[in-house]
Amino acid sequence: MPKVIFIAPDSSRRELESPAGWSVMEAAIQNDVLGIVAECGGGCACATCHVIVDEAWAAQLAPASPNENDLLECTAAPRTATSRLSCQLKISASLDGLTVQIPDRQT
Amino acid sequence: MSSIAIIGAGQAGMQLADSLRRGGFEGSVILYGDEGSLPYQRPPLSKQFLLGDLEASRLNFRPIAHYEKLAVTLRLDCAVTQVDLQTRTLAMANGEQAAFDRLAFTTGARVRKLALPGAEDPRVCYLRGITDAQAIRERLATARRVVIIGGGFIGLEVAAVARTLGKEVTVLEAQTRLMPRVVAPVVSAYFEAVHNQRGVRFLLGESLTALAPTSSALGLTTASATYLEADLVVVGIGVHPNLELAAAAGLPCEGGIVVNEFACTRDPTVVAAGDCTWQRNILFERPHRLESVQNAVDQAKVAAASLLEKPVAYSQVPWFWSDQYDVKLQMVGISTGFEAAIVRGNPETGAFSVFYYLGERVLAVDSINRPAEHMAARRLLASGGLLAKELAADPAADLKTIIEKN
Repeated sequence: MPKVIFIAPDSSRRELESPAGWSVMEAAIQNDVLGIVAECGGGCACATCHVIVDEAWAAQLAPASPNENDLLECTAAPRTATSRLSCQLKISASLDGLTVQIPDRQT
Repeated sequence: MSSIAIIGAGQAGMQLADSLRRGGFEGSVILYGDEGSLPYQRPPLSKQFLLGDLEASRLNFRPIAHYEKLAVTLRLDCAVTQVDLQTRTLAMANGEQAAFDRLAFTTGARVRKLALPGAEDPRVCYLRGITDAQAIRERLATARRVVIIGGGFIGLEVAAVARTLGKEVTVLEAQTRLMPRVVAPVVSAYFEAVHNQRGVRFLLGESLTALAPTSSALGLTTASATYLEADLVVVGIGVHPNLELAAAAGLPCEGGIVVNEFACTRDPTVVAAGDCTWQRNILFERPHRLESVQNAVDQAKVAAASLLEKPVAYSQVPWFWSDQYDVKLQMVGISTGFEAAIVRGNPETGAFSVFYYLGERVLAVDSINRPAEHMAARRLLASGGLLAKELAADPAADLKTIIEKN
């Protein structure tokens, strides 16, 4: 299974394996990674699963939809150039090793 | 060391357990549920899950390890049948008893059922829990004609899924427009058009008066004597709060378990949160009941704070959402009693918001495919809701900046 790597606000690192097709948000929730809230459960409706994608990976992701892009303007921690909503990032073999940073707050 | 029993393992119960531990509670926490499953998300049941896009385990909020780590004891197949506040014990359906020091009701709600002969037919389905959704999903696989009773969120979300799966879909709604309790006519009309374009047939101002099950179909007769046949009927006509356990324990109940702005019942060591409560929120003059994820989460946090003896008054702005096809409806605030509905943007473009005003104050905002406006509206309502109507109506005015300046 592809790997996803989460870097917590305190710089600690969690490396997980997760089925292809799951979202990065689901991988976090189902493995009890803290700091991903996902109030709306993955509906691209709340901006509480914000992650900052490692720059090396950012360009390989499918671009944000207009809705996601709008919501990224509303995150609790400031948006960065590589900010995404993790519920919109699908895990796949080609993204094996995807690394994302968890911001210090979601609400 | 004290113990806290939480009755109801839905979103509110799960949040309460979590918040108690995060708040430093070190006594025992026992979460009682009667569905046999780990606490799971309900919103996808009428959306992606029904479409067949998700396995059941993906609905869980957290894996079992999370509860182990938090030292929350799960009793997930354990209906609580009685609560005695004098002796501080509860009884379970299996005959067991358990003691508690403090207690939380997060018992949720159950569906209102059709009161018609024939309604016990298994082809008449309701949607509340995962087993309901699984039953509908299975029946959808072979059904050709689907009739939905109720044009509210559940009914319309199920209609969208059934149409997406290529079923022939008819929706009966007793009022003359869709989602009449919660949205303005302009929003109702928009959703009617969306569903019409996808081939859903509506019978508005219509109710079901007779149901005749045969081996091949369910024969349905409406108040105006329209006759139609269905292979599957899905009923979404609202819910009843699960207040009976609290009422039998002697706690005051009205349209739910009565709680104050601290989520406390009359007994300050007993709290309640979520769909089951008749609640106070300091933003509103009157008590009300809410059925939403946001309320389950935020009121559970308030209830946990009370149990931790660090009370915080409930003051969160309510918000809701519904997904139908590719249309996302997001609502914030409660529009009851509004005088003017100001439309921002053009509904024909499929992306607009409606601002509900009472005097100069915004009571609520509905956004259709406008998530950023919804988020801005949440900030607006949290800060009092003052926004000039010209600005609300002008799609070129940058709401986020205006609200931040206020």
